Amino acid sequence: MTSAIATSGTGPAAGVNRAQRGALLRSARVLALRGLRSIRRLPSAFFPALAMPVFQTIAFSGTYFAITRIPGFPTDRSVNWYLPLACTMGSGFSGVGLGFSTVRDIENGFFDRLRMAPSPRLSLIVGPLFTAWIRVLIVITTALLVGLLWGARLTDGPLGLLTLYVAGLGVATVAAGWGLGLAYRFGDMRAAALMQLTFFNAIFLTNAQAPLNVMTGWLHSVARINPFTNVLRLARQGFLGNVTWHDTWGGLVAIVGLSALTIIFAYRGLEKLSN
Amino acid sequence: MTAAVLAPAHRFQRHGLWLSQTMAMSRRSITALIRQPALVVPSLVFPLFFAALGSSSFGRAVNLANFPKVDTFLDFSLAGTIIQGVLFGSVTGGAALATDIEQGFFDRLLATPTSRVSILLGRLAGAALFGAFQAFIFVSVLLPFGVSIRAGVAGFVVIVLCGALTAVAIGGFTAAMALKTGSAEAVQGSFPLLFIALFFSSAFFPRQTMSGAYKVVADINPVSHLVEGVRGLVIDGLTVRHVAAALLVPAAIGVVSISLALRTLYSRLAAR
Repeated sequence: MTSAIATSGTGPAAGVNRAQRGALLRSARVLALRGLRSIRRLPSAFFPALAMPVFQTIAFSGTYFAITRIPGFPTDRSVNWYLPLACTMGSGFSGVGLGFSTVRDIENGFFDRLRMAPSPRLSLIVGPLFTAWIRVLIVITTALLVGLLWGARLTDGPLGLLTLYVAGLGVATVAAGWGLGLAYRFGDMRAAALMQLTFFNAIFLTNAQAPLNVMTGWLHSVARINPFTNVLRLARQGFLGNVTWHDTWGGLVAIVGLSALTIIFAYRGLEKLSN
Repeated sequence: MTAAVLAPAHRFQRHGLWLSQTMAMSRRSITALIRQPALVVPSLVFPLFFAALGSSSFGRAVNLANFPKVDTFLDFSLAGTIIQGVLFGSVTGGAALATDIEQGFFDRLLATPTSRVSILLGRLAGAALFGAFQAFIFVSVLLPFGVSIRAGVAGFVVIVLCGALTAVAIGGFTAAMALKTGSAEAVQGSFPLLFIALFFSSAFFPRQTMSGAYKVVADINPVSHLVEGVRGLVIDGLTVRHVAAALLVPAAIGVVSISLALRTLYSRLAAR
């Protein structure tokens, strides 16, 4: 009955739920703003996540300029292949970067004060997640501008941008959950190397460098079952041809599934830390 | 008369002492690497990981026009793998020197009658040994996966020597940075610069397939010539040109970087 009332949005329980949701969003907003202020206060922590995709776009598309001539390669512009990869990597590192700042907060004791504050515990995850999303918008937009100047072209108009941003936001969510989960469990900078290495490997063990039909050997087998291959397919489709549901749904399923797993991982880690 | 007789012996003794101090410093830097494998393992594992990724991703690129004639992509990428590993390993040596400065060990060394130059050269000798070890490991690990060195055993020896010289050359720059800043974080911060130098070269793909501004940068980047010397030994065979490129390019870079490191060392000593 109560839940029925709550879901219908009337009665005292609904009022409590609304109040809790309001408190969660207010706390998360404050934490998100704090995370964004840290870009200005500690630019060295955010700069690598911003510079890396720009560098990766230029370096990869220049180095592997000729691979588009391999028969079966889906584009004749190497930058069209590597720009979405760079944006996805940058988004992931924006998410993982929040794990670093959480470790810093745990080490200097600020996180204990946050935990003692009368705010919903979930806001300690949702707040940084909002920060990650805003960082991703900055990172992708910057890399995109550089990529377009470097010769990248959209092949299906603004819809291709939409899939790129969705993939970026999704990867940032997965990475933030993973980074926060490790930060809560380790509580020190040992977690940083693990966050970066695992994420780096997860992205590179895909069709990151070359399409599946061009690959040979062991990587093909690994990339075929790696869910991040679907996420990269989602991110790239607007640069390789038309945006289709066939190339979209797999990426969305991968994002939703991995996000759920990593956010639960983060929440459990937070509970363990609190207990 | 007595002075004339004693002077050479005294000089010999002094040089012997200088050498033993350099050896001791070198031994110390190697021991530090052995005791902290976490510092060393990434510079061994990551280049091998990239080599494995590259050979699977770009295996079909060897059939492209202008691509050097190779049996497998791994043959082509071996040189890039070695130089990449040695470059990354050199940052560790510079960071260790900076850590010595941060923790005050460098000052304690200066308080002893140790030769100032041997503090630096010992560190670089340690880097050279580690660079040679890395080159040896990369070739040994990749040989069972189908890599063949056309230059044979002699070429293998030249490649290992090139690893040592490259480690000294890049180690000179990271040591200069350590002496200038005294901060391990700043030295670690040079890692992206090395990464950029590596990527804007022919370490991962041949220059012949590049175009535009990127090719111009790769053409003038010394890392391209460094890598291509080793690559020539692997895919062409033992020629004077390849041996000279594999040894003289890192030696030339080393002369510049060691001079810079020595200058920075003397500036630091003068400022005390």
